[in-house]
Amino acid sequence: MNFIQWAMSPWGQRVPVHIAWDLLWVAMIAGVLFLIVHSLYVGYWAKPETEPSVETDSKLAAAAARLPEHIARHSFGARAFHWIMAGSMLVLLFTAFLPKVGVKFAWVKIHWIAGIVLIVSVLYHIFHASFVLDFWSIWPNKEDIDDAVLRVRRAMGEPADRPRKFGKYPLENKLYHLAVLCAGLSAILTGIFMMSRVRTPFFTRNPYLFGDATWGYMYVLHGLAGVGFVALIITHIYFAIRPEKLFITKSMIFGWMTRQKYLEHYDPERWPVGEDASKPAPARRPEVVT
Amino acid sequence: MAIIRDVMPAFELFQPGSIDDAVGLLSQYRSDAWILAGGLDSFDWLKDRIKRPKVLVDLSQIKELSGVRDWNGGLEIGAMTTLTNVVRHPAVLEKFKILSEAAEVAASPQIRNQGTIGGNVSQDTRCWYYRSGFDCYCASGNACYADTPTAINREHAILGADRCVAVSPSDSAPAMVALDAKMVIRSARGERIVDAENFFIGPAYDITRMMTVQPGELLTAIRIPATWANTGFYFEKVRDRPVWDFPLVNIACAKVVTGGKIDRIRIAVNGVAAHPWRLSQVEEFVTGKPANEETADMAGKMAIEGAVPLRYNGFKVPLMRNLVKRAIRGTDTKEAV
Repeated sequence: MNFIQWAMSPWGQRVPVHIAWDLLWVAMIAGVLFLIVHSLYVGYWAKPETEPSVETDSKLAAAAARLPEHIARHSFGARAFHWIMAGSMLVLLFTAFLPKVGVKFAWVKIHWIAGIVLIVSVLYHIFHASFVLDFWSIWPNKEDIDDAVLRVRRAMGEPADRPRKFGKYPLENKLYHLAVLCAGLSAILTGIFMMSRVRTPFFTRNPYLFGDATWGYMYVLHGLAGVGFVALIITHIYFAIRPEKLFITKSMIFGWMTRQKYLEHYDPERWPVGEDASKPAPARRPEVVT
Repeated sequence: MAIIRDVMPAFELFQPGSIDDAVGLLSQYRSDAWILAGGLDSFDWLKDRIKRPKVLVDLSQIKELSGVRDWNGGLEIGAMTTLTNVVRHPAVLEKFKILSEAAEVAASPQIRNQGTIGGNVSQDTRCWYYRSGFDCYCASGNACYADTPTAINREHAILGADRCVAVSPSDSAPAMVALDAKMVIRSARGERIVDAENFFIGPAYDITRMMTVQPGELLTAIRIPATWANTGFYFEKVRDRPVWDFPLVNIACAKVVTGGKIDRIRIAVNGVAAHPWRLSQVEEFVTGKPANEETADMAGKMAIEGAVPLRYNGFKVPLMRNLVKRAIRGTDTKEAV
């Protein structure tokens, strides 16, 4: 199987034109395999950590007394962005790949309009995340890596300290965001240039903006981002509907999670809410590995 | 790039004797198979070595694909019926003279003797960038070399372009749309009937094909319902060389005029888009109106709404407008040069 489809330019040069569409199936199979393996691992091999609960832990019970019943997690703006982006992304993927698997329709106009919606929503998100939300809360940091190492060691049966509970976003969530960011920016930047190849109200059509090879690699990058999103979205939807993660999904719909879920799964020091949110975060506690 | 050679690339030749056998072969080889009807378009592709099919399915031995038959008061024309037979057939001349006229202006007498009605409606675009072997959108590439600031695009599309600006070169295709013909397509899964209007597709729908026929399928016949038999017809083709050329623009119109007013009408223009461009809005507008200069003028203006000419084909806009005016005004078919 070729990863890239090549063609001859009018000047006899071998240039890429786009990815091999078989990669779509590779991405789909990879996504499905991941969720099968993960669900088997969680169902049969993983040893669940017993986290202290509000009922059994006096410290948590005391914390619970200071907290409201509903813990705000996502503002309306953040939720609106998420769902608009999700909708536009699904439209982009369906319009891009359905014709490749034999479902023919006039897809180009729908595709670039969805692309415009995605671009506007991402611009809003960048502004919102930079100036309204806690910008650094979604980026992986050293604590996340240290905790991840502890989790892996404990999962493999090795002696290791109990890792701290998560901050607002677990490391997996942060890494997923990073992958979406890379794929999304690749798709958006190449997509903006590719819009100059079709007739839109925004650009005067100019296929000579770049040379054939540059255009070709741009199409390849756009395609790779597209098939990458297929795998990413399969895993995202999978985690969104897993029973133990449903409270996170619901928080993306309603904007809040229950106080109990917050205290069970999150570290109030790393994700302070209510009155604690205005206090400076305490230093990382010293670790003892036994 | 295209290199004209005398020797075609090697392929395996099948000459099935029945539609079932042909469909079986097409189903087996799918996109590796090339359907050979009259061969007039096919041999260009093969000798230029731009298309290199593994298998050639020659339909010439299938007798059931030829002939003109009565069909519910209308006609069923086998896909392998030659253009000359369509032109001369008494039933075609009696009921659907427009089809005879459209087929008669296709190519030259020699070509019409060999070329088939199925091949004529199914022929690929004549865009010379594509025909020259450029890896353009039509050839699964990512560029249209005809839609660039310096491209030679006098013959290309002014309507319905979507990345690719190639046009359908068929003369009989607009007549099929005007007559509301039904295209009979067979495959291993059975038979499906597609309206002529939907048989021809544009680049927005599929940029590498001009027809809805998929690999594994075969156009076996064209059925023309009696709905438009013996109505008023108008067909006109404008081309560079009157003796033998593809259309710059052609128009086919079937209409019923009662008491000077247009009762019902179907108009299709070809050479302006990737598929015969049916003027549904114009049809709706002129229905119930007198077939006079005023209606024709307004219809002409409506017809070209949305036209986007390229660098060298701006002439097609007034040409199309005037052809529509002439089609609305009169029923006398004529050929302009």
